[in-house]
Amino acid sequence: METRELTCIQCPLGCQLAVTVDGDAVTVTGNTCQRGAVYGEKEVTAPTRTVTGTIPVDGGEIARVSVKTAPDIPKDKIFDVMAEIRSAHLTAPVEAGRIIIHDVAGTGADVIATKTVKRS
Amino acid sequence: MEYHDIVVIGGGPAGLAAAVSAYDAGCRDVLVIERDERLGGILNQCIHNGFGLHTFKEELTGPEYAERYIRKAEERSIEYRLRTIVADVSPEREILYVNRDEGAVRMKAGAIVLAMGCRERPRGALGIPGYRPAGIYTAGTAQRLMNIEGYMVGREVVILGSGDIGLIMARRMTLEGAKVKVVAELMPYSGGLKRNIVQCLDDYGIPLRLSHTVTKIHGKRRVEGVTISEVGPDRRPVPGTEEFYSCDTLLLSCGLIPENELSKQVGIILSRVTGGPEVDDSLETSAEGVFACGNVLHVHDLVDFVSEEAERAGRNAAAFAAEGGKTRGGVLQVTPENGVTYTVPQKIRTDAAEKVTLRFRVNGVYRDRCVAVRSSGAEIKRVKRRIMAPGEMEELILTGEDLARCAGGITVGLED
Ligand SMILES: Cc1cc2nc3c(=O)[nH]c(=O)nc-3n(C[C@H](O)[C@H](O)[C@H](O)COP(=O)(O)OP(=O)(O)OC[C@H]3O[C@@H](n4cnc5c(N)ncnc54)[C@H](O)[C@@H]3O)c2cc1C
Ligand code: SF4
Repeated sequence: METRELTCIQCPLGCQLAVTVDGDAVTVTGNTCQRGAVYGEKEVTAPTRTVTGTIPVDGGEIARVSVKTAPDIPKDKIFDVMAEIRSAHLTAPVEAGRIIIHDVAGTGADVIATKTVKRS
Repeated sequence: MEYHDIVVIGGGPAGLAAAVSAYDAGCRDVLVIERDERLGGILNQCIHNGFGLHTFKEELTGPEYAERYIRKAEERSIEYRLRTIVADVSPEREILYVNRDEGAVRMKAGAIVLAMGCRERPRGALGIPGYRPAGIYTAGTAQRLMNIEGYMVGREVVILGSGDIGLIMARRMTLEGAKVKVVAELMPYSGGLKRNIVQCLDDYGIPLRLSHTVTKIHGKRRVEGVTISEVGPDRRPVPGTEEFYSCDTLLLSCGLIPENELSKQVGIILSRVTGGPEVDDSLETSAEGVFACGNVLHVHDLVDFVSEEAERAGRNAAAFAAEGGKTRGGVLQVTPENGVTYTVPQKIRTDAAEKVTLRFRVNGVYRDRCVAVRSSGAEIKRVKRRIMAPGEMEELILTGEDLARCAGGITVGLED
């Protein structure tokens, strides 16, 4: 059995949650509403995050394009995903929404451009 | 002289939303003037996600949020000029702008919307002893250098101030391989959003030390470290609590100030608390036909509220440009008290037709308090809040019925 202390971020109240995992059973206490229970359980069993970064662009109006993972990736893969983003390189033009890396770090998610960079 | 019904100064989210809503309110002659090379304002460098939850019900990154509004402006063929700075505005709504192709040009506007955003409090204003070595940046400058220009500002980092930009940069630098040693905050609470504390600091085990400040910067040519001390209730360093942190970079995230050089030139009355213009419920400043919205009016933490506010400014500017100067009725002065530091608007017109949204901030962390609106002692409205904090802007709506019961001025304060 393991208990973790978390701050719920689903609303400004910021309840202090205690999430206990006992085998398959997860109990959340300290939450004021149901959203806190859902958040607490997911944070402990399968936390995910959006990772954002930038990639250099050759011949563009600006030097870098901003990117994000879509959908979210497991939290423990953040640094693997960053390593792939940091080794990427692009040539202008890049349109917002374009897939830059497929199945990044084996997460099943893609890295997509969030900005349009025209040719300079 | 060139004339436009509405000239919007600043092409960030506030300026774009104001231009779009002015157009949708029937004004076909709107010009946006932007000094940067692209529209979108500060959002272009805010590459993280978390924008637009209120407006679009999805989490966008800053550039994506900006592109939605740029597209709206382009769909309506709203005219804009880039790389163009507004250098002067007169009370008669004459504008002087400067750009490389045309030089200095004067034009006249039926109505003006100020949407110049804000800037960061510079370090000079903070007065930390020590030399002025390289390696000290405001958090926003570091954000621009990293995200737009691709320049990594440092490897070992200490951040002073727990405003949102500092928190965002703590995560950003960690992801790029830097070691963020500590975030020091002078106040006993963070000025940032809870979500950012959890996802930018807790996720990476970066310590946040409340009631602490940087008391010395070490190094002559490049930062070699900082001394951090605890501060007492009087916010003065407590002797004997000094701790040394070695680092090559110090980021300052010590607050934002509305960008109001132009407003001062017009002689617009500025609020001493917000640093932005004093406005009435139509978001009109003390200069007739000059409206303000977004961070130039008061610093926002969420861009969604910027867009909503700017839409109102745009609509009202369109009405002003169409109808010309109206005869003015009376105004109710709104006075903050008991823990409320300011309200926007500061004035409400007595002939304000519909409901009025009051935005305000409080001066500390309060649990289970009521916000009370009173007029001549009578209680007009009372709402309970579970929690209020300086980092989260509050909102209160006064209906036409509420306003009909007000006489003289109104006060907004916290009560048990
Ligand atoms: C560094 C920084 C980071 C931020 N990060 C976040 C964040 O993560 N999340 C969030 O919700 N909010 C963030 N904010 C707040 C953010 O500024 C607002 O959410 C929103 O972008 C404000 O919109 P705005 O249009 O009022 O200002 P801005 O986006 O700043 O736009 C103002 C525009 O006016 C132009 N301008 C100024 N003066 C002139 C002139 N004289 N002539 C012509 N053009 C002019 C500027 O170039 C700029 O493009 C941040 C603010 C800053 C300063
Ligand atoms: S548990 Fe509910 S009330 Fe508490 S912070 Fe989370 S969402 Fe808000």
